[in-house]
Amino acid sequence: MIRAKGFGWRHAGRKAWAIRGLDLRVERGERVLLLGPSGAGKSTLLAALAGLLAADSGEAEGTVEVDGRVGIVFQDPETQLVMARAGDDVAFGLENHDVPAAEIWPRVDEALARVGFPYGRGRSTAALSGGEQQRLALAGALALRPDVLLLDEPTANLDPAGADLIRGALREAIDPGTTAVLVEHRVAEALPLVDRVVVLEPGGGVRADGPPDEVFATHGDRLAAEGVWVPGDPVRPRHACAPPGEGLLAAERATIRDRLAAVDLLVRAGEALAVLGPNGTGKSTLALLLGGLLKPDGGRIAATTALAGADATTPPHRWRAPALARRIGSVFQDPEHQFVTSTVYDELALGPRRTGLPEDAVKSIVDGLLARLRLDRLAGANPFTLSGGEARRLSVATALTVAPALLVLDEPTFGQDRRTWIEMVELLAGLRDEGRGIVTVTHDADFVAALADRTVRL
Amino acid sequence: MNNNRWRTVDVVVAAVLGVAFGVIFWAWGLLWDGPASAIPLPGRALIYGIWLVPAVLGPLVIRKPGAGIFTEFVAATVSTFFGSPWGLVTLLYGLFQGAAGEFAFAATGYRSWRLPTAIVGGALAGGAATLLDVINYYPDTSAAWKWAYAALLVLSSAIVAGVGGWALTRALAQTGVLDRFAAGRDRALV
Amino acid sequence: MRSTLAVLGRRNPVAKVAAALVFTVALVTTLDPVPPAVAIAIELAIVPLFGVRYRTLARRAWPLLISAAGVALTMVLFAAERTGETVLQAGPIEVTTSVLSGALGLALRVIAIALPGVLVFASTDPTDLADALVQNVRAPYRFAIGALAAFRLVPLLSQEWQLLRLARRARGIDAGRDPVAAARLFASTAFGLLVGAIRRGTRLAVAMDARGFDRGGPRSQARTQRFRLPDAALVAGAVVLAVAVLLLA
Repeated sequence: MIRAKGFGWRHAGRKAWAIRGLDLRVERGERVLLLGPSGAGKSTLLAALAGLLAADSGEAEGTVEVDGRVGIVFQDPETQLVMARAGDDVAFGLENHDVPAAEIWPRVDEALARVGFPYGRGRSTAALSGGEQQRLALAGALALRPDVLLLDEPTANLDPAGADLIRGALREAIDPGTTAVLVEHRVAEALPLVDRVVVLEPGGGVRADGPPDEVFATHGDRLAAEGVWVPGDPVRPRHACAPPGEGLLAAERATIRDRLAAVDLLVRAGEALAVLGPNGTGKSTLALLLGGLLKPDGGRIAATTALAGADATTPPHRWRAPALARRIGSVFQDPEHQFVTSTVYDELALGPRRTGLPEDAVKSIVDGLLARLRLDRLAGANPFTLSGGEARRLSVATALTVAPALLVLDEPTFGQDRRTWIEMVELLAGLRDEGRGIVTVTHDADFVAALADRTVRL
Repeated sequence: MNNNRWRTVDVVVAAVLGVAFGVIFWAWGLLWDGPASAIPLPGRALIYGIWLVPAVLGPLVIRKPGAGIFTEFVAATVSTFFGSPWGLVTLLYGLFQGAAGEFAFAATGYRSWRLPTAIVGGALAGGAATLLDVINYYPDTSAAWKWAYAALLVLSSAIVAGVGGWALTRALAQTGVLDRFAAGRDRALV
Repeated sequence: MRSTLAVLGRRNPVAKVAAALVFTVALVTTLDPVPPAVAIAIELAIVPLFGVRYRTLARRAWPLLISAAGVALTMVLFAAERTGETVLQAGPIEVTTSVLSGALGLALRVIAIALPGVLVFASTDPTDLADALVQNVRAPYRFAIGALAAFRLVPLLSQEWQLLRLARRARGIDAGRDPVAAARLFASTAFGLLVGAIRRGTRLAVAMDARGFDRGGPRSQARTQRFRLPDAALVAGAVVLAVAVLLLA
């Protein structure tokens, strides 16, 4: 069904080849898990199989042939849905393929039922959760009755509940005769869906190919070292050794209408506090409140004198921004939201420069952070060109440039490979051990188990 | 590479640019809203240029015929849905302004995407806006007022939309988001 | 349209837009204050026929009143001709009856021109409009659907604007009362929005192509928009009304 011979691809704008010399045969009905470290070309290969690599966007070598129709589901639900109503969105693909109008709606209903979509055709796509949107995207792909179904990290942007929904939908909805190729970084959860594992070599071809047990037995250690989430490989916990310090910030019955129910919590120095909860309970809203970025509708957020000195009587959302940044550093879920300059160096220099430090003092702070976060090589790069893990590290680093006593992070391990994940744990543990307060808002239970000294559930 | 056919990514990104500017216009309105801003004195013409950026940015990024019209029109459509007080008139503005900006690029046979063309495009779009404003809102003002308004508007558009649009394209190219476009090919290989 | 009264609201979207456009263009051609006054009366009367509540209309149209006031004020300050009796003398500015009537006419004109559009968009679904443009007016579907798909991102981008603002505050950047700093902060936020928007647009384009958007060749329609007699009647009616209103000048 799928034949690749010596296939290679180099993206325009990159020096290195994403894939080179790839030979692969996948027969009809097989279920393949595609693995490899970040940058190994997994998404590129799927795009090639789906015929989505435009000739003007790079250079190709070798051949890749797919028998039959291809459907593909991507990782970001928001940018896959085209129409405002659920049924219309599923119908979109059918319209493009000139399916007769009389057949369209029955097939839409069939596809929605197959993925277990809980609403009717008229449901607004904007009113869907991430997991529901992904199910809709899957319905859109399945409505075209593909022979080959490709899934590019379909659960990466979802919380655990949403991810389970999709995995369930995949189990139920795919016909036995459909070939499936899945890229998934939560490997352990993906294994029940597949019978074969193919490992890609960065810039090369296939490194390993075979049943899961064999592949992990032979290559497991190396893959784990490269950042793949190999199943059964626990992470060393890093909890606090010393008792927590004084209180820094308290939320007292803080609430925002319709978004966050009343919350009480206290953040202390030298302690990592995790706020857990499924999507929709207002975790990000709480992070914004604690970061002094939103005004609570009810209750209050109060800083202690340890954190804010004389300003402790004013609520954080009324502090001037420079004062706020010096006391509470906020790291957003999407690192790119916080980038304001055109080089990594300038991003890090921004905070110190604005406090009026002389340039050599700025340079030493920046160089220190660049080294600590392994970003030295990228000092002159534009922040938006960084990879996911690099951008994440940069956004944490920018919060640290003015040395705040408290750090609030929204989903810091979102979509990270194992290596960056571990780095994040180590980094935050180090900051906590230095005496800072850390608050992470997250749905990543493993992260909480590894780092958190105290947990609050929303 | 003289391929004038629009790819899907050209259509969607042009539309998304228009939509993003619709949002930016809304935010701009929030910033300047207040009774004082409702007085459209000639001086306000100085900041008028921002409304015309899509008419220049569209062609500079997409580099296909019709990009100025399409992008500016989509931005106007979003403004209208956001509840622009001008209703359908906004759409007419969008069409005219877009067409005027487009004209500058069309006049070079869609071969020049450089700063001078951008400046002319911005100025022309500003001229279109002036014409519409004078007919629509200020028909009975003095000739001196009309000329002052026109001068300020055209100047503002040439600078904000023309030079600004060109600089914006370059800055966007540096971030790598324009890699699927010719405008993004100039950046260094990563 | 749930209300049985919403006869006009249920009409073909293109017919609605065309009718509103006819009215708009007609009103642009005259400076006399009588036609817009009558037009506004007509427009307000038919609001229920569009299935729109007056409260909704008020919400959507109040910025219009502010702008109309601004236009009138400009006219008062910068009018070319000042004839008739002087009503008020404020320094160098002579407010005469002709100036007042001109300003009033302009303000009414602005409102009368904008109202039809407000009505149409308050009563029209974007998907229906795109369908009608493609099916009834033969607009190129790639542009219509491409624009519709991008449109879906409007709420997302608005939320993102807020987040980008907050992110900058979190970085220690704010503008206070300094207008230059405010402009720079605005530009920075706008840039962040554009980068995110283009990224999303590129991904959306790939997803659309993955479902055959660039296939070329014929394309079927899941939803049908028809242009029938009542729709033509709406447009014809708008033409007749517009001419009648103009004749009142």
